[in-house]
Amino acid sequence: MTTQDRKFDQQAVALSRRRFLGLLGKGMVCAGTLVSANSAIGSAEVRGGKRAYQQNDAQYTESLNNPPEIPDYNWNDHQWAMGVDTDRCIGCLRCMEACKMENSVQMDAFHHRTWVERYVYLEGSNTAIVDSQADPKNIENTGSETKFRFDNRYRNVKVDKAFFVPKLCNQCEHPSCVQVCPTGATFKVKDGPVLIDTTYCIGCQYCVQACPYGARSFNEVRGVAEKCNWCYHRITKGLNPACVEVCPTGTRIFGDRNDPESPISLFIKNNHVQVLKPEMGNAPNVFYKGTDKEVV
Amino acid sequence: MESLFHHVTPHVGFIYPNESELPWTQLIVIYPYITGLVAGAFVVSSLHHVFNIKSFAPISRFALLTALCFMFFAPSPLLFHLGQPTRAFNAVITPHWTSAMAAFGYVAGFYVCLLLLETWFAFRADIVAMSKVRAGIMGKVYGWLTLGSDDVSQRALAIDHKIARILAMIGIPAACGLHGYVGFVFGSLKTREWWSSDLMPVIFLLSAVGSGVGLLIVLYVIVSKFRKTPMPNDTMRGLLYVLFTAITVVMVIEGLELLEIFYKGREGVETVRALIVGPIWAGMTIQWAMSLFVLAVTSALLFYNVHGERLVNWLFMAGLAMMIGVLAMRWNVVIGGQELSKTMKGLLTYYPEMFGRESLFTVLIISICPYVTLWLVAKLLPPWEEKIEPENRVFDVHKLA
Repeated sequence: MTTQDRKFDQQAVALSRRRFLGLLGKGMVCAGTLVSANSAIGSAEVRGGKRAYQQNDAQYTESLNNPPEIPDYNWNDHQWAMGVDTDRCIGCLRCMEACKMENSVQMDAFHHRTWVERYVYLEGSNTAIVDSQADPKNIENTGSETKFRFDNRYRNVKVDKAFFVPKLCNQCEHPSCVQVCPTGATFKVKDGPVLIDTTYCIGCQYCVQACPYGARSFNEVRGVAEKCNWCYHRITKGLNPACVEVCPTGTRIFGDRNDPESPISLFIKNNHVQVLKPEMGNAPNVFYKGTDKEVV
Repeated sequence: MESLFHHVTPHVGFIYPNESELPWTQLIVIYPYITGLVAGAFVVSSLHHVFNIKSFAPISRFALLTALCFMFFAPSPLLFHLGQPTRAFNAVITPHWTSAMAAFGYVAGFYVCLLLLETWFAFRADIVAMSKVRAGIMGKVYGWLTLGSDDVSQRALAIDHKIARILAMIGIPAACGLHGYVGFVFGSLKTREWWSSDLMPVIFLLSAVGSGVGLLIVLYVIVSKFRKTPMPNDTMRGLLYVLFTAITVVMVIEGLELLEIFYKGREGVETVRALIVGPIWAGMTIQWAMSLFVLAVTSALLFYNVHGERLVNWLFMAGLAMMIGVLAMRWNVVIGGQELSKTMKGLLTYYPEMFGRESLFTVLIISICPYVTLWLVAKLLPPWEEKIEPENRVFDVHKLA
């Protein structure tokens, strides 16, 4: 073995050890988030009502008046993107739960920044039956809008093919929502995400109409539009978005396209990826692997 | 479990989870409706002012007041709809010009100013006369309304007339622009199959003219009955011609729009078909039944060359049917467009609220306001050509003028 080979070998060992530790840490974070999610959901339900997750007015005002400072972050240096490997998704919906927790999204079945769709081809069928967690049957099954589960409705039928497709804001290159916003309250930032200035939004909901992906919702309590921002408060600190962080199967891949070795750059490089509804001309920044003709 | 869904729009098939609550409700149905009435009324008033078609002279100033009063309330449904109404002016202070909605404040503001100016010039002679004959507080009010300009010489009146005519000339493209623009707000959204059409601005504009003429016919007949004044045959015939033209073109274009959707047969066309026979079935029936009724009545009135009382009665019914038909059309477009899911794999059914900020009750109040305002404004500025003073005073502003 040459010196170079030995060096390489050591590096590989180190890498794999580091990777293992990273994964272990990730797993612990996941578990921790889950535990806290469950307890928080429990307490939210005890406090009463599905709006319980909404920040209270004092917290909301505080977050608006004192936005977190992001030192040492230059948005010219990054180009964030996300990948979704649908072959890996098991429909556990931890991503939905984490998102609702992290971003204080209203805890009902009609306000989501991310969700997961289930596509099922029954035996002999050419079209898929689609549902999401917000489907009344799924909610009826758990008895709560704050428990994120798919029901087991297909257990007695023969299924040819079935898969899950996680959805979120595509942070498009040509976002329809930004185009139609009459005040400029929603805007695309240089590092990729489309953000909303909730102190300037007039709540006309034109953006909700314009989004081809149904990614925006309207917060009646605040009177403003809401959507996924890839956890901008986290990614600017070097963290992953909450949904990526908790995903137990690595379905969601996130990273900086400016870095050729980032997970997302490798994902796009090594796979045949697609975007949703390319005919809309929005040029999404969420790249899907393993979607299907039926995916909308 | 039912209680969980009490505030949810029922749906069939697959819709995106965030779509369950319709972004635009019945308030956005009456917004283009009211704006449309403005455009239609204004066009009728211009037929006399600009094109000098004499048969419209008796109603031209009334049409102008109608346009003005309805325009006052055109933005109100939007304000009630906004999540943050106090920030409404953000769109005017910092308009984001790529948005079709950003220009609304300017377009509406420009149009209100134009209508106010034209009204002032069209009524200035009357205002001056009233300020001289009325005593007390009303005399003062008319005095203020003259804005200090009490010259009623031939030359001054000729200038008034000329300016009012120029304003009306500007007003025609402005009215068309205003309503074509409302159509563009919907038609330019590529997301919604039911809206995304190049014909949408044209449909909105033409149906607006139709509903505005219908409104004028209805109001003119009712007001004339109350005032016990005759309705000149020429005027009614003129309104009949406009109504006939409007309904013919509207029906053809709307028919072409539907034909195009089904002939192109793009992905999800089955869902469009399900929408028409499903959630908006009643609305479509009302829209097309009323349109057919208007077309049949106006055609028969033309064919049989009907005059007098029969013309008035049938035209009244046609005008009312036109108003109802266009209202149904607005519902079908605005609500129907959102009942068709963006997934093109599902349909929602919308049930409006009865009471609340965005409810049918609000719609009712906003719809009544323009009529009440028109009644008050018509008292302040009588738009009729007859003597406007009580018999015992024997004073005719038009003679004075």
